[in-house]
Amino acid sequence: MTLYDAFVGPFAEFAFMRRALVGSLALSLGAAPIGVFLMLRRMSLTGDAMAHAILPGAAVGFLVAGLSLPAMTLGGLVAGVSVALLTGLVARTTVLKEDAALASFYLLSLALGVTLVSLKGSNVDLLHVLFGSVLALDDQAMLLLAGVASVTLVALALIYRPLVLECVDPGFLRSVSRAGGPVHFIFLGLVVLNLVAGFQALGTLLAVGVMMLPAAAARFWSNALTPMFAVAILVASLASVAGLLVSYHFDLPTGPAIILSAGVLYLISVAIGWSGGVLWRLAPPRHHRAA
Amino acid sequence: MMRMRSLLAAAVTAAFVVTPAAAEPVKALATFSILGDLVRQVGGDRVTVETLVGPDGDAHVFSPAPADAKKAAAAAVIFENGLGLEGWIDRLAKSSGAKWTVVIASKGVTAQKMEDEEDGHAKGHDHGHGHEVTDPHAWQSVPNAKLYVANIRDALIAADPEGKQAYEANATAYLATLDALDAEIRAGLAKIPAERRKIITSHDAFGYYAKAYGVEIISPQGVSTEAEASAKDVARIIRQIKAEKIPAVFVENITDKRLVERIAKETGAAVGGTLYSDALSGPNGPAGTYVDMMRSNLRELTAALSS
Repeated sequence: MTLYDAFVGPFAEFAFMRRALVGSLALSLGAAPIGVFLMLRRMSLTGDAMAHAILPGAAVGFLVAGLSLPAMTLGGLVAGVSVALLTGLVARTTVLKEDAALASFYLLSLALGVTLVSLKGSNVDLLHVLFGSVLALDDQAMLLLAGVASVTLVALALIYRPLVLECVDPGFLRSVSRAGGPVHFIFLGLVVLNLVAGFQALGTLLAVGVMMLPAAAARFWSNALTPMFAVAILVASLASVAGLLVSYHFDLPTGPAIILSAGVLYLISVAIGWSGGVLWRLAPPRHHRAA
Repeated sequence: MMRMRSLLAAAVTAAFVVTPAAAEPVKALATFSILGDLVRQVGGDRVTVETLVGPDGDAHVFSPAPADAKKAAAAAVIFENGLGLEGWIDRLAKSSGAKWTVVIASKGVTAQKMEDEEDGHAKGHDHGHGHEVTDPHAWQSVPNAKLYVANIRDALIAADPEGKQAYEANATAYLATLDALDAEIRAGLAKIPAERRKIITSHDAFGYYAKAYGVEIISPQGVSTEAEASAKDVARIIRQIKAEKIPAVFVENITDKRLVERIAKETGAAVGGTLYSDALSGPNGPAGTYVDMMRSNLRELTAALSS
């Protein structure tokens, strides 16, 4: 098998491979920076919580319009944003921190969703239908992914400074500007947008995985934000390509293959990343110690 | 006070006396809609049938609720498909704690194995992805459905010996209907030339149909709807469709249709209508009973494959 056959061939021959590639690259562009922020704000488990939290929205969409993907996605978005906003509200105004607030609201949301689904009496696993697959990207899903990535990048660029300040020194931000609250909520909105679009187009595993694993890996290569973003996007893109090729050549399910590739890159980063990688810490320090 | 108590005593006695002499209908529970329909056909008026997994539902991934345990406890006879379809039946049995008479409707059916995902393209490598499991979808072949009906009839007679004549009459009439259905399917499919009798569908539910009626079924997803497709599976199917010029791909009523539609778009195959595999449609749909379901599938197949 030539190098061409191994790396380029599958994409040249099959449209679905090309679409899967473009779709996951679009997701990587938008979701990876968001993931870096989530990781820094210690909200890394938001993705999984959100996957459950959107159920009542999808259920309402289903009750209203049947098995219609746009309706269910819209419903999911509304539910996700509500949970995110309520979480943010409770975390900012009460003694509860974000993790506990999110946990409580997503559980409420999930229970509500399950109840709503059983009302209609059908056994259709709504989330099974709502969550897509990277191999089955139709035009609508691709436009959704591209749109969400674009909106995310533009929004992040616009709110970059207050957002960073809000992450690292919210007290100071509060003393010099009133942008803290709105920026926080815009950020949460972006998180939900990326997640819901990701779920609908690519499924939960891929959407959350591409958001969080590259961010975690990036942490080990730099202490500064901009390089972290760059590394996260790079890791996410590499994982997408590698995962697709592995799934193609070795007959493994695609979503997990992409996440496993990202996982390998993450483990490598943990080991040898030069900003906190385990190997560097084990090596003897270069500088003299006093006496 | 005395008056109240004697009134109460009179009412209670009356309740016992007024119990109708005619038999109450036998309460039967079927695990899913197709089986429920078969039980209804044989039971007729003497049996009330409840189903656990309703129309358009997925029996592979069903999660029973407490209400289902209640239904199970109230039933006199419980019909399950067996062959591994209902992975959840044991949990339900334990939790409902009722005395069970479980009837396995597929007793006597020659079970087929689901072949490895690489069937027909045996490349000699074997990995966990496509291991062999028993295919539970035996009802897709009408001769098997007749076996189901016989088992159901015998079970109902055992549970309600007084209704023996009724059950036998119903079963005989229905078996005749099934014979006619079987002939209809064979005749309908015979009109399609053999090399065109190939379809793609989203999950491997039609193995018994394929074997009984000589249609080749290819699918990117495995036996159960829980499996996930790999890029290689999809690539293989696309190559095969292009090479063999398979005319149509079909979407089922319980799985996500986007993957099948993607395959159709890339190969230029037509997207056929909906095929009913594991569940009936709602009563107003084209596949409200077993016979309607098989006829609907036949219609969709012949429409897409003969054009």
